[in-house]
Amino acid sequence: MIELSDAGLYCAAGGFHVDPWGPVERAVITHAHSDHARAGSQSYLTSRAGQALLRARIGDEGAIQVVEYGERTVIGGVTVSLHPAGHILGSAQIRIERGGEVWVISGDYKLEPDPTCAPFDPQRCHTFVTESTFALPIYRWASHSEIAAEIHEWWRANREAGRTSVLFGHPLGKAQRVLSMLDASIGPIGAHGAVEKYSAIYRAQGLALPQMGETAKGSLVLSPPSAMGSPWLKRFGAISTAMASGWMRIRGARRRRSLDRGFVLSDHADWPGLLSVIGETRAETIWVTHGYRAPLAHWLEERGRRVEIIDTHFEEGEE
Amino acid sequence: MKAFAELYASLDQTTKTNGKIAALTRYLSQAPPEDAAWAVSFLIGRRPKRLLESRKLAEWAIAEVGVPDWLFGECYHAVGDFAETIALLLPPAESSSSLPLHVWVEERLLPMREADDDARRAQLVSAWREMDEGQRFAWNKLITGEFRVGVSQSLVVRAIAETSGVAAETIAHRLMGEWQPTPDFWRRLTAADSADADVSRPYPFCLAYPLEGAVEELGDPRDWQIEWKWDGIRAQLIRRQQRTYLWSRGEELITERFPELEAVGALLPDGTAIDGEVMPWKDGAPLAFAQMQRRIGRKALGPKILAEVPVALVAYDLLEHTGEDVREKPLEWRRAQLETMAPASPALVLSPVIRSADWEELKNLRRESRARKVEGFMLKRLSSAYRVGRRRGDWWKWKIDPYSVDAVLIYAQPGNGRRASLFTDYTFGVWEEGKLVPFAKAYSGLSDEEIREVDAFVRRNTLEKFGPVRHVKPELVFEVAFEGIQRSPRHRSGIAVRFPRMARWRKDKTAEQADSIETIRALLA
Repeated sequence: MIELSDAGLYCAAGGFHVDPWGPVERAVITHAHSDHARAGSQSYLTSRAGQALLRARIGDEGAIQVVEYGERTVIGGVTVSLHPAGHILGSAQIRIERGGEVWVISGDYKLEPDPTCAPFDPQRCHTFVTESTFALPIYRWASHSEIAAEIHEWWRANREAGRTSVLFGHPLGKAQRVLSMLDASIGPIGAHGAVEKYSAIYRAQGLALPQMGETAKGSLVLSPPSAMGSPWLKRFGAISTAMASGWMRIRGARRRRSLDRGFVLSDHADWPGLLSVIGETRAETIWVTHGYRAPLAHWLEERGRRVEIIDTHFEEGEE
Repeated sequence: MKAFAELYASLDQTTKTNGKIAALTRYLSQAPPEDAAWAVSFLIGRRPKRLLESRKLAEWAIAEVGVPDWLFGECYHAVGDFAETIALLLPPAESSSSLPLHVWVEERLLPMREADDDARRAQLVSAWREMDEGQRFAWNKLITGEFRVGVSQSLVVRAIAETSGVAAETIAHRLMGEWQPTPDFWRRLTAADSADADVSRPYPFCLAYPLEGAVEELGDPRDWQIEWKWDGIRAQLIRRQQRTYLWSRGEELITERFPELEAVGALLPDGTAIDGEVMPWKDGAPLAFAQMQRRIGRKALGPKILAEVPVALVAYDLLEHTGEDVREKPLEWRRAQLETMAPASPALVLSPVIRSADWEELKNLRRESRARKVEGFMLKRLSSAYRVGRRRGDWWKWKIDPYSVDAVLIYAQPGNGRRASLFTDYTFGVWEEGKLVPFAKAYSGLSDEEIREVDAFVRRNTLEKFGPVRHVKPELVFEVAFEGIQRSPRHRSGIAVRFPRMARWRKDKTAEQADSIETIRALLA
């Protein structure tokens, strides 16, 4: 029912691509990150919660059709529905059904709690297309509250030492999740324009994110990783730098970037999470994409699953 | 162990000197002497010898974790560090150990040395179960003999000085030589009075910075003691209480390896410490350093090698004279005393001093460096004291420019530690009859940005894999600089170079434009 075309995953019976790599006629979008949502297609289908983010991503061109989570739509000969993936605001798994055969394309997903988006909702299916960004058993996430406590402790210590805390993270999704975790009573919170652009969209959809204050000494500033080492950082004087990302689980990943701290906070599923989701789908066939594909495929094959490794145009991106 | 693992983590978590000193001071001021002594010993790199081969550690970890071998391999490849991979893979910790560091070391770690494999394994697995993730990591590092932290010795010295109120120079001196990490040692290290019982203890070496800017900026050459920069083993020869000690700069006692110098020691008056360079030296002239390497590796020194490669101490400086520490006296005075007291021996050579009033003349003379088997000049201010460690201002090394060759990247492999999971260690080839022969390995000299770029190239252009090593498309050209060059039958190119590193990425050159082996052979002359 789904094949891999030159532009990525394609459903011929429905005449649409899922997260195409380039412009197509009809695109179904899992979420608004740039490696999943590209500009230039004629029409898009996404979740209602993801509509504004997708518009911000692709610009003015292209029609966007929205559905509620769980709402079934018939496209060509198939029934399509979107289900929460828990990755960022509006992120969805794409469920495609025809004559009783069910496929689910996960997009990116996580199981950890995240107040800024609807929680992951597992779907049974025959074929499951899963991401594998962190598909190694070394990747295991600590609880939300532990990480929040680590960030707060770091921030407080920096404040006492008169330093500004600069926290790098993906400006869409990660930054807002961190904002929702922060205890604003510690001090003022600021953000880079690239972060604030997306936060405004979150707020417009009724999510309570702290307001950005004056970025005085001792404040915490959210910043996209692209601002690392940029002149923009100079305005804060003495700073301590940190990054919130699943990659921070490994010391080398933090030290290579010369960061003071790394907070292991990911918007992707960890190894136990991937395995539990794959188990819950009860899928007979697993397609593995985006990340540590070979190890996950090998593991599943050893356990009697039919597995295919699917090409992706994007590897090891910033998270 | 809790506090020590936390210290290890906080040292790892800051790139700033002040942050590191603060973490060290915090730890040292709270640790009991039993723990502090061990911690200092580990921090300055006196780590215990490897207790276990990594392979065994991996095997036991794999069984404990319950992952297949291949998956452990994938994880190791992603992490690039054995101890860390295991710490990340072990089941989530249920507790953290509150046993103090010295108990872990003395009662758990050191006895493993004598134990058989079954007992070691049981000990190791039970240790993992008692520890949290940070503790496991530090513990694995100690077990594998890879315990390293991003702090220099001088930083540790500063922290001890701050904690104890004793001057940093004194602490540095007390940390030299042989000592055991006992509570007693810690008390002596941090004691206010300077009564010093260790008869063998050397002084911290004074080190020079490379000359910055033009040599003329140093003023009148007659204010400087100008010596050749010898390329041997920097060492201190000490005579006290009728015994001789030879210390290398790495604080290894190397007396037994150089019987000629032990004999020189016997000629020295009690209470003498001479700073110098151990050089292979025959018939009044130096031999190539490669000759010395033939000697260094050997356990037993037969009469043949002693006759073929005799050594001498090229003496630079006098640090202790008639039992008195004279490091604060001016160099001019120390050198005069050295000349007066130096006994006649073929194995003791006073480092020749070059006198000139003219930098131009010195520049010309410096061009003879290679022919003289030296690396250039050392410039030491005549009025200077003998300082601890590397300081700017009084001592400069004025080295000759390194050799350099344009070579092609042919193999790459991942680095360790903070360079793990990036391809950072490279083998370079030069042309020989239309083929590239490997001639040097280098891993330093590129910026982080360039490393990432080369890493991406390696991933896209791998021709073959041999374990972790990638054979890559011969396309990237680098200027490889090195200090010395020797014929070597053990290398495929027939040539061995010293201290190779990447001077520059020659993006302007194609692989065809790289140098040939003939160009390099010409340097041998």
